[in-house]
Amino acid sequence: MLIWAALAALFLFSFAAYRLGRQRIAAMGQSARPHSRPGYHGAYVALWTAAPAAVVLFALIAFGGRIEAGLLRQDAPAAVQALSESEAQVFYDDVRVVAHGGTPSQRDYSGDLKPALAAKAAAARHIESQLLVGGLALATLLAGGGFLLAFRRLNVDFRARNRVEGWSGGLLVACSVIAVLTTVGILASLVVESWRFFAQVPPLEFLFGTDWEPQIAMRSDQVAAKGAFGAVPLFVGTFLIMLIAMLVAAPIGLFSAIYLSEYAGPRTRAWVKPLLEVLAGVPTVVYGFFAALTVGPAFRAGFNALGGMLVGGPLDGLGQYLAQVQNQMALVAGAVMGVMLIPFVSSLSDDIINSVPQSLRDGSLAMGATRSETIKNVVLPAALPGIAAALLLAVSRAIGETMIVTMAAGLQAKTTINPLDTVTTVTVQIVTLLTGDQEFDSVKTLSAFGLGLTLFVATLALNIIALRIVQKYREQYD
Amino acid sequence: MTDAATAVPAVRHNTVEAGLKARHAKERRFVLYGRLAIIVALSFLAVLLGRIVLQGYSTFIDYRVSVPVFIDPARVDPADVSGANFDVLVAQSVMKQLAVPDDDLGQNLDKVMALMSNDLGFQLLQQVKADPHLIGRTITVKGPLKADAALYFKGQIRRDSDQDTRKLDDIQLSWLDKLKATGAVTSGFNTAFFTHSDSTEPEQAGVLGAVVGSLLTLMLTAAFAVPVGVMAAVYLEEFAPKNRWTDVIEVNINNLAAVPSIIYGLLGLAVFINWLGVPRSSPLLGALVLALMALPTVIIATRSALKAVPPSIREAALAIGASRTQTVLHHVLPLAMPGVMTGSILSLAHALGETAPLLMIGMIAFVPGVPASITEAATVLPVQVFIWENASERAFHERTAAAIIVLLVFMILMNLAAILVRRRFERRW
Amino acid sequence: MNLRNTYNSGNSMPSDQLEAAIQPAAASEALGGAPVKIAARDVNVFYGEKQALFDVALDVGAQAVTALIGPSGCGKSTFLRCINRMNDTIPGCRVLGRIEIDGADVNDRGLDPVLLRARVGMVFQKPNPFPKSIFENVAYGLRIHGLANKSEVGDIVEASLKRAGLWAEVSDRLHASGSSLSGGQQQRLVIARAIAVNPEVILMDEPCSALDPIATARIEELIDELRTQYCIVIVTHSMAQAARVSQRTAFFHMGKLVEAGRTDEMFTNPRDSRTQDYITGRFG
Repeated sequence: MLIWAALAALFLFSFAAYRLGRQRIAAMGQSARPHSRPGYHGAYVALWTAAPAAVVLFALIAFGGRIEAGLLRQDAPAAVQALSESEAQVFYDDVRVVAHGGTPSQRDYSGDLKPALAAKAAAARHIESQLLVGGLALATLLAGGGFLLAFRRLNVDFRARNRVEGWSGGLLVACSVIAVLTTVGILASLVVESWRFFAQVPPLEFLFGTDWEPQIAMRSDQVAAKGAFGAVPLFVGTFLIMLIAMLVAAPIGLFSAIYLSEYAGPRTRAWVKPLLEVLAGVPTVVYGFFAALTVGPAFRAGFNALGGMLVGGPLDGLGQYLAQVQNQMALVAGAVMGVMLIPFVSSLSDDIINSVPQSLRDGSLAMGATRSETIKNVVLPAALPGIAAALLLAVSRAIGETMIVTMAAGLQAKTTINPLDTVTTVTVQIVTLLTGDQEFDSVKTLSAFGLGLTLFVATLALNIIALRIVQKYREQYD
Repeated sequence: MTDAATAVPAVRHNTVEAGLKARHAKERRFVLYGRLAIIVALSFLAVLLGRIVLQGYSTFIDYRVSVPVFIDPARVDPADVSGANFDVLVAQSVMKQLAVPDDDLGQNLDKVMALMSNDLGFQLLQQVKADPHLIGRTITVKGPLKADAALYFKGQIRRDSDQDTRKLDDIQLSWLDKLKATGAVTSGFNTAFFTHSDSTEPEQAGVLGAVVGSLLTLMLTAAFAVPVGVMAAVYLEEFAPKNRWTDVIEVNINNLAAVPSIIYGLLGLAVFINWLGVPRSSPLLGALVLALMALPTVIIATRSALKAVPPSIREAALAIGASRTQTVLHHVLPLAMPGVMTGSILSLAHALGETAPLLMIGMIAFVPGVPASITEAATVLPVQVFIWENASERAFHERTAAAIIVLLVFMILMNLAAILVRRRFERRW
Repeated sequence: MNLRNTYNSGNSMPSDQLEAAIQPAAASEALGGAPVKIAARDVNVFYGEKQALFDVALDVGAQAVTALIGPSGCGKSTFLRCINRMNDTIPGCRVLGRIEIDGADVNDRGLDPVLLRARVGMVFQKPNPFPKSIFENVAYGLRIHGLANKSEVGDIVEASLKRAGLWAEVSDRLHASGSSLSGGQQQRLVIARAIAVNPEVILMDEPCSALDPIATARIEELIDELRTQYCIVIVTHSMAQAARVSQRTAFFHMGKLVEAGRTDEMFTNPRDSRTQDYITGRFG
């Protein structure tokens, strides 16, 4: 809390610095015209006052807890050293709770641990106050020093505007670097955690193993039980659901795009396009709810009824099977995901088809071709690369989609291509592995990052290829 | 050069006419496919929204019961008010009202208790605690029925179905009918759904906590993603030199926009929770993850808005002696603002509906209260939907649909805002 | 969407008049006795509310090149596109009046534009080869109309390319993409594509405006050779080109046909002052 107060004080101080800088240059400017307008001089002083100190304060907010934890763990009492890693974690969490006047709820501390807890809590309070005092002192020093330095540099010839613009330029660069840092962060976190996973499960076993049973490793007391981490069933399940989704989305999306761009009048377009956008704007969790509670039971009822009709007939075996089909079949998740992808495919294809030059259509129509012949023989071949790219992007979405499959597909890892069977996918497993209580460093948790890395690499490859194709395609007709 | 002597073989024009009918039939079929595709897509939309409204609208009606309860001094000890079982008191009062005798095994009592929300008992407890003089008097409490009882009034539990397949038996249903007939049970708008947070009891569960969580998260997301995204876009579009480095950033942003959202959840888990120690399940953490996710789309939207500002504006500003920064700040950016706002609102609307990355960072926890700060555990609307969908009670299903309706209303409002901004400020060059 | 729906045939003429063929005598006279291939009367074209052509009446002779000239936006291309009903493809465009090819009205409701366009070829301003091989580009019309069987297609493609003067340049790479050719070659490919279906009329909409002078010269040469077999109508913004390739010229101005006649006469001795101003370069 004190830090936030310090930040507020810093803000006020830098505002005062701004006013002082303005006043000073205005006073100087009575004899000669300053290079920059007074506001820039004020801003220059304010920036030097606020920025370095703010960096220190924010660093304290962001890393203070970690520094404290690191210092706390030094020279741990023997009783604490005897604890396992996860128990120690709980212990230190409770230390901080006690330090802040709370009551430890996690476990009963008895024996040597009790005094250790009290001692560490005192140490935590000490470290905290030291960090705070040190940080605030440093910030004050920087704010005062920055102000004095900047304030003394002001004079009529000083190029304050250029300096301030240099600062703002730096800020802009920093913002665009955040986008790159995000990618670096994604890659680093996935690779580092996956590395730890692959230290325990060989990559080949992960990529080509056909047995996926991570749940066994859940019981941490069973050190021997490692679980099986062969991801092939997940890949097959992901692929199956993606395929079903694309079988729905590709024809419907493509035909709507063709109709909207080649046949529909402006009025139809004005109505249909926003409605398709609504379909695209519906959150995936809503699709998941719909798949799980409406489409699933409806499909099941349909297949069961069909099965009931077939039982006893020549297709008795099929009938028996259909009569026992469950809600969580791949077909349900795939079909609903396909509908989710329709507007995506449609709007991308619409753009692509519209960018095919009108002269090609005119050429074909002038030859006496009908519109559909023109579309099939000229427009679609011309748009083919772009449409292929759009479909690749849709595939990438389908394999990365999480909520629909989590809610409507199963958990059972089966290697099957039967759309009526229940399958699980990479994303479902990531969610299952990482929700609920688990230890962070268990193989089970780490395997989620292995899956995440695989998913990231696959979608990234698809995206790069697709974006390349689109770029080349655009250049062709620009 | 040209071989004028080579005659092009004569083609038979009458064959064109012969094929015409088939070709026009094909044409009509083709158009039909196009129409069908659109009809399929739109009817799915209609079924989706229709189903959700049908499943959810009943949540907005609730059935409340008012029971006069005699606070028996023999049962409630003024020294230990919390020790008394007010739920039983309420149930017994209802039995008195219904003239149902208590049996030895207490089966009837259990059956009545299964109809009354424990909110009633809780209210009594609070009242008596606040004013111990109430002991020995009769107070009328008003509160919700249990969700299953409400489902009977809503027609979702039917009397004509097999008694063993439903949660309430025929006797309970007849009691309910009697209560309704005597006017003890009344129906009205379910305000509790909007003033309560999550609860394990369906009739007491509401969306307030999730709505507040969503708003907190969304505001923080906007605070992170919009300034950073706009500044990054301004740099890339207005200042950056064309070189390998900016190409890398450009490709990188386009790819980030297509990274599956769950990957951002993994990033949040590994970097923000485990490395930076941001509190799990907090709106702050959710906002950081969603902001990174929304950043590429904000950048892309801002860049296209900046691109749409004609170069003549920049040239005019530069020509009168403005610096590049002044040109952008005073002339280009204000003109691009409507586009920036529209793009930002739309990508925030998308972030509002996002669920998967939030599951990764622990926002799936059961949070019965309203988050008081950005570092406290919270839940958001789409995750609330996911949690309730997983609940086994049937009464939660209607609440799931109702929560979806609330979520969709928010999204519609945001989209309307985007459309309004676009309409109001749209400028064509 | 039927093509005919976008075309509003709110023909103002009574039906008995519709049936009657245009008087050939007057036309023949205008053409100096040559047979009339296309006869247009009272052609009015509207784009939405805006009228683009006003009461145009023009006769076009068979086996001759007729040039349509005039300043930009004068309606010459609009008129050209009426002849094969390409204006049908523009939403909001209405064509009124009669245009007869061999005495049959192209705007007749009963006439399928597909059929019309199989008989009237068109070459556009920008070469527009389809995203297909050279061979398939030329064979396109044959295939969609089902005009030739498999064995004939090869011969017709070869003959068409020869007529278009392109055979020698592409005979060894018939399966290369049509867009791999140079601009001038592409335009000849498009001409070969048009003549492969053996049309009676070829419409050319500024076919050389996107080409360099050498390619232009080749196309002009080709047009001159083709005129012995086809009725060619060419829109051009270059008066020199009109003088070089055409026998007859029609001058359009502000949506009206100002004057039509023999090319040599019109360029030496224009009757209308506007024509005079245009060909002497005073406006345009």
